[in-house]
Amino acid sequence: MSLDRARARTDAPASEAVTPRRGRGTELVLLIFAIGIATFAYVSVDLGALGRVPPNALAYLGGLSAATAVAHVVIRLRAPYADPVILPIVVTLCGLGLAMIHRLDIADGTTRASTQLTWMAIGVTLFVGVLIFVRDHRVLSRLPYIAGLGGLLLLVLPLLPVIGHSIRGARIWINVGGMTFQPGEAAKIILIIAFAAYLVQTRDALALAGRRFLGVDLPRARDLGPILLVWLGALGILVVQNDLGPSVLLFGIFVLMIYIATERISWIILGLLLILAGGFAANAVVSHVAERIDFWMDPFIDPQGQVAQSLYGLAYGGLLGTGLGQGRPDLTPIAESDFIGSALGEELGLTGLIAIILLYALLASRGLRAGLLLRDPFGKLLAAGLAAGFFLQVFIVLGGVTRLIPLTGLTTPFLSLGGSSLVMNWVLVALLIRLSDAARRPAPPSATASSQTDTAVTQVVRIR
Amino acid sequence: MSELTLTVIKLGFLAVLWLLILSVTSAMRADLFGVRPPKQPKPQREAREAARQNRQPRGAKGTPTRAFIVEGPDTGRSVPLDGTPVTFGRGAECTVPLADEYVSTQHARLRFHESQWFVEDLGSTNGTYVGNQRLTRSTPVTARSRFRLGKTVVELRK
Repeated sequence: MSLDRARARTDAPASEAVTPRRGRGTELVLLIFAIGIATFAYVSVDLGALGRVPPNALAYLGGLSAATAVAHVVIRLRAPYADPVILPIVVTLCGLGLAMIHRLDIADGTTRASTQLTWMAIGVTLFVGVLIFVRDHRVLSRLPYIAGLGGLLLLVLPLLPVIGHSIRGARIWINVGGMTFQPGEAAKIILIIAFAAYLVQTRDALALAGRRFLGVDLPRARDLGPILLVWLGALGILVVQNDLGPSVLLFGIFVLMIYIATERISWIILGLLLILAGGFAANAVVSHVAERIDFWMDPFIDPQGQVAQSLYGLAYGGLLGTGLGQGRPDLTPIAESDFIGSALGEELGLTGLIAIILLYALLASRGLRAGLLLRDPFGKLLAAGLAAGFFLQVFIVLGGVTRLIPLTGLTTPFLSLGGSSLVMNWVLVALLIRLSDAARRPAPPSATASSQTDTAVTQVVRIR
Repeated sequence: MSELTLTVIKLGFLAVLWLLILSVTSAMRADLFGVRPPKQPKPQREAREAARQNRQPRGAKGTPTRAFIVEGPDTGRSVPLDGTPVTFGRGAECTVPLADEYVSTQHARLRFHESQWFVEDLGSTNGTYVGNQRLTRSTPVTARSRFRLGKTVVELRK
C-alpha cells in the first residue's frame, strides 16, 4: 500500500514539479562516518599489532579529511545532484586499504602507507580536474576512433625501448623521470569511453543486420570490424606484455558492453565460449598460464605460494577474523597488491570481507542506476560499462584470491597498493559522479523545456 | 592491551562497518520509495468527484486502475488512473511526457466517462492505434487492452 502510494508520487513528476533532493547533506554525514571508520581501522591496527595508539593518528585523520573535504566541496560546486553514496563508499574503501597497507608496513618495516596516501591526494586532484573540465559527459563521445587509438597507444607505451619498464616479469610500466606508472589503467577507461561512443552509433546495425548462424545472430563484418580490431589489438599487446589479468578484464568489459548495447544474450554465450577456448589455447601454449591453472587446481603443490598462503590466512581468520593487526597477512608474498583482499579477509574475517564486497556491489549498483536514469544513450552505455567493468575487476581478483577462478593478476580497486590503479580509479569515480549528476539533475524548467519540445518536429513514420 | 579490549575493538569495528552499509542502503531508499514532494498539491474537486465515481465500480470487471508503458523508450513507467484525464505526448505539460521521438507534443488522451475509460487521439502526426486500427474517435478501453503511439505501447491494468 505505502509502496503503491510512493510509486504514484514518483510517477507524476511533471505535474507536481517535485524537486529531487540533492543529497549533499546525506553525503556529508556519510563521509564523516567513512572517515571515522578509516581512522578507527588505522588506530586499531596499531593497537592490535603494537599495543599503542599511533602517534601520527591525528595527522592521518587530518590528511584523509582534507582530501575528502576537497572532493566533497568540488561535488557541491560542480555536480550538486550527484549520487550521495558514491564518494563515502570510495573513501571507506581507501581507508580500509590504507589501514591494511599500514598493517603490512608494521610487519615488513616499510613506509608504503604514506606513499599510498600521497597517491590518494593525486587521485583526488585528478578527480577534481575531471569534474571541473568535463562539464558534460557527452563531449567524451565526440571522437570514438581517436579515443580507441589513444587507448591502444597507451597500451603499447610499455613495449617501447626507452621508457618501457618491466617489474616481476610483466612489461606494463613506463618510467618517466624516475616515476613509474602503468598506462594500462588509463587505457582501460579510455577504451570504455571509445567503446560506448562507437556502440551508440552502430548498435542498431549490430543487433539487427547480419545473418543467423547456429542460433547466434552474427553482425556484419563492417559493423563489427573496428571493435574487433581494437579488441584483438588490446588483447595481443597484453599477451605480449605477459599480463593476464587486464586482458581478461578488457575482454569481459567489451562483451558486457556489446551485450548491454544490443540486448542480445547470444553475445554473452559467444564471449564465454571464446574465453573458454582462449583459456584452453593459452593453457597449452603459454607456460605462465598453465602454471596458474595448476595452482588453481591444487594450490598446495607450493605451500609457501600466494594462493596457498591466502587460503591459510582466510581459514585462520574464520568468521569474525583475528582482529586488525593480530593476524599474519604478511606471510602471503606481495600481500599488499593483488592479495590485499585475503589480508583483509584474515583480519576482518568472513563478516568483514562480505562487507567489503557489498561496498563494491553498492558502488557498481549506483553506476548502473545512473545508467538507468540517464536520458542519452551514450551516457547510459558509459555508466553501465564503467560500473560493469569495475565490478568485473573485483570479481576477477577476489575470485582468484579465494580460488574460485584461476588467479590472474589485477589490482583490487582502491584497496591495493599502487599509484596508477588508485589514481585511475579516482578518475573512474569522477566520471561516475558526473554521470549520476546528469542523471539525477531535474529537467530544465518547463517553460524552456516545453518551448523546445513544442518546436521540435515530430518524426514521421514512413509506411511502406 | 588486554585480550578482552582487543576482542571488543574487533567486534566493534565489524559492527561499525556493517552500520555504514546499513546507512548507505537507507540513503538509497529514496530510489525505491520516491521523494516526498515539498507540498501535497490540493486535489481538485472534480478529480475527487471522479475518484469517488471510480471507487464504485472498482473490482467490477475490466476497469483499469493503472496505465503501464510496456514498450518504447519510457518502458517501465506507469501512471495511476484515478478518474482525472491523462494525456500522453512529448510536451512537458503532458501528464505522461514521453521521450519517444515518433510521438507528437500532444498525442493521446485517456478520459474517464460514465465508469468507462476512453482513449482518444489528439490529432497526432503518426496516429494512435488499438490493435491495427488507427483511432478516429473515442474508443472504450478495459483492463489488459493496449494502445500504441509512436514506438510506445501503453497497457492498462487493474
